[in-house]
Amino acid sequence: MSFPWAKNYEPQQPLMKWLDEKLPLPRLVYNAIGAGYPVPRNLNYFWNFGVLAGAALVIQIITGVILAMHYAANAGVAFNSVEHIMRDVNSGWFIRYAHMNGASMFFIVVYLHIFRGLYYGSYKAPREMVWLLGVVIFLLMMATAFMGYVLPWGQMSFWGAQVITGFFSAIPVVGEPIRVWLLGGFAPDNAALNRFFSLHYLLPFVIAGVIILHIWALHIPGSNNPTGIEVKDEQDTVPFHPYYTAKDGFGLGIFLIVFAALTFFTPNLLGHADNYIPANPLSTPAHIVPEWYFWPFYAILRAFTFNFLWIDAKLWGVIAMFAAIALLFFLPWLDSSPVKSSTYRPLYKKFFWVLVADVLLLGLCGMKPAEQPWVILSQIGSIYYFAHFLIILPIVSRIERPLPMPNSITEAVLAKHADDKSAATA
Amino acid sequence: MVRPLGFLVGLGFIAALVLAIFTTPLKNEPNVAYSFVKHPKHLKLASDGVAPHWDVAQLQRGMQVYREVCSACHSLNLVAFRNIEDLGYTEGQVKTFAKSFQVPSVNPDTGEPATRDGLPSDYFPAPYANEVAARAANNNAVPPDLSLITKAREGGKDYIYSLLTGYQNPPANLPKELQPGAGLHFNPYFPNLNLAMAKPLADGQVTYADGTTASVDQMAKDVTAFLVWTAEPKLVTRVWAGWAVLGFLVIFSILTYLSYRNIWADKKH
Repeated sequence: MSFPWAKNYEPQQPLMKWLDEKLPLPRLVYNAIGAGYPVPRNLNYFWNFGVLAGAALVIQIITGVILAMHYAANAGVAFNSVEHIMRDVNSGWFIRYAHMNGASMFFIVVYLHIFRGLYYGSYKAPREMVWLLGVVIFLLMMATAFMGYVLPWGQMSFWGAQVITGFFSAIPVVGEPIRVWLLGGFAPDNAALNRFFSLHYLLPFVIAGVIILHIWALHIPGSNNPTGIEVKDEQDTVPFHPYYTAKDGFGLGIFLIVFAALTFFTPNLLGHADNYIPANPLSTPAHIVPEWYFWPFYAILRAFTFNFLWIDAKLWGVIAMFAAIALLFFLPWLDSSPVKSSTYRPLYKKFFWVLVADVLLLGLCGMKPAEQPWVILSQIGSIYYFAHFLIILPIVSRIERPLPMPNSITEAVLAKHADDKSAATA
Repeated sequence: MVRPLGFLVGLGFIAALVLAIFTTPLKNEPNVAYSFVKHPKHLKLASDGVAPHWDVAQLQRGMQVYREVCSACHSLNLVAFRNIEDLGYTEGQVKTFAKSFQVPSVNPDTGEPATRDGLPSDYFPAPYANEVAARAANNNAVPPDLSLITKAREGGKDYIYSLLTGYQNPPANLPKELQPGAGLHFNPYFPNLNLAMAKPLADGQVTYADGTTASVDQMAKDVTAFLVWTAEPKLVTRVWAGWAVLGFLVIFSILTYLSYRNIWADKKH
C-alpha cells in the first residue's frame, strides 16, 4: 500500500532492530502516522478534524473509564452517584464536565470532518470504503452518545430513553414486543439503565476498532486533498511526520482551547436544566429535547404529521429519520461526477451550501417546541434534505460542466503562489 | 440501480411531507398564559462571570434564610454539614452546628429506631420522612429538593430570585381559567402562573447576625446565592482552574504554531 516513494522504516538502535524482527509495531506506526505515509502537500485546516476526532475519542475513553470507577448504574442511586462525583471525588467535577462536554466536542469535530468530506468529495472512488466506515462510526457514536445521556438518570435521561426506544414501537405488530425486549421492562428502569451502561462502556472500543479499519482503508489510496486531484508523483506529497504531525499539533492546541473554555467556564451551556432533576416516571417535562447533535434528525422525525398511504405518521417519521442517515451509505453512487472538489463544481457548490443552511435550519427546528412556524420549516427543510441527496445530486452530477482543473497538485500549489505574488506586487 | 431507486424513495418522502404541510394547521392553538409569564430579572452575584469569588457573608445569611424559612418544607439532600466549612465556618463551628440537628439513628442496645445529635458527616435532614408525607402536608404538591435548584430550572439563579420576589395580585385582565385556584398563588415568573407555594418571605422575617436589613429582596438575594453554592460548590475552583489550563494551552498552541511554520518554511503549500 501507499506510494512507491514512501520512506522505509530502518531502525538504527539494536533494541529497535530486535523489536522490528519480533513484533514490527513501530514499523506499523511509522507507516500509518509517521514519516512512512506520504500525504498531499496542499491539505488545508479542514484536514485536521480526523486527528481531532481521534483525540476526542481518546479523551472520552480516559474520562469515561475514570467516571465508571465512581458511578453506580442503579436506578436508585445513579443520579446521586453523579452528584457524588461532582462534589466529593477529587477533581470529579472536572472529569465529569470534561466527559459531558467532550461528547459535544467529539460531535463538533466529526460534523466538520463530514463537512470536509462532502465539500471536497472525499467519499468518491477510490475512497468509498473510507466513507462507508465513517458512516458506521457516526452511527456508533450516536448510539453511544444516546446511552451515555441516559446514565445520569435525570428527567431528560429518562424521557429521552422513553422517546428513543418508543421509535421501535412504531413498527407494526412486533414493535411493542421489541421495545419491551430492548428495555427489559415496560418502561425505562433498572434493567435498561444497566444494559445502557454496559453498552456505553463497550461501544467506544468498537468505535476504536472501526477507526482502525477507517485509517487502514484510507492508506490504500492515500488522503484526498482540496483540489481532489489524485497524487501523481513524489513532489505532490510530503511525509506525514513531521509536516502534518506539526500542523495537527497546532490544531490540537486550538481544539483544546475551545474544549477547555466550554468545560471550565460554561459547562452546562449545551446541557438541559431538566437533567438536574432526578428521573420521575410520573412527571413528563414540558419539552423533551435531545442533545444538540441530534436536533436535525429530531426535526426530520417530527416533520411527518400525515398518515400517507397505509403507513402512519409516526412510522414515516422513524423511517425518514433512519433513512436520513442510511442514505449517506449510498452517497458515493448517488453522485456520479468524477470531479471530487467543489472548487471545480460550480453547480454542485451552490446546492451544497443550500444543504448546509438546510441542516442548520433543521437543527434549529429540532431545538424548538413542535409549534408553528417550526413545524412547517422542518417540513420544508426535510423536503430539501431528501431532495438534495436523492434527486438533485444525481441530476447535477450528470448535467454539470466542471471548471478547468490543474494537471497536478504541485501545479495547483505553484499557481496559487504565483497568484499570491502577483497580488502582493500589484 | 441506486439512482432510480433513490429517486423513487426521495419522491415518496417528499410526497408524504408535502401532504403533511397541507394538512398541518398554520396557526398554533392560542396559549394566553404565555403573554402573562414574565422573563426573569437578572441577579448579579459575586460568583458570576470570569473572575468569581464566594461572598462568604452573603452565603452565611443565605443559609440562615434556608434554615429558618425554606427548610420547613424543602430538603437539601446533597449538602452535608461538613460542606459549610466553605462558607467560612471553622471545624468547631461546624461541629456545633451539626449538633443542633437530630438525625435518625438506631439504638445500639435495642436496635429500635432512635435519633442522635448530628455529626459533620451527616447531611441536612429532610423536613418530611417521605414523599407521601410531603404531599399530605402540602396540598398534594411535593416541595422540590433545593440542592440543585439553581441548575435544575430554566433561567437558573435569576429564575429563583425572581420567583421569590415576584408574588403579586393577579392582573385585572387575567382570564378566569388562569386565576389561581384554591391553595394556589399567582406569580408571573412561574411558567404555569399559579404555584402551590405561598409567598415565603416577608420583610424582617429573619434577624441577620451581621445587622443587614432583612428585606424580602435582600433575603431572596442571599438565599439564591446560597443555593448557587449548594448546586455547585466547586464553581469558583472550576473557573480559576480554567484560567490556569487556558494559559497553559495558549502557550502550547503558540509553540506548536511556531514549530509548524518552521517545519513548513521551505515547502510551498
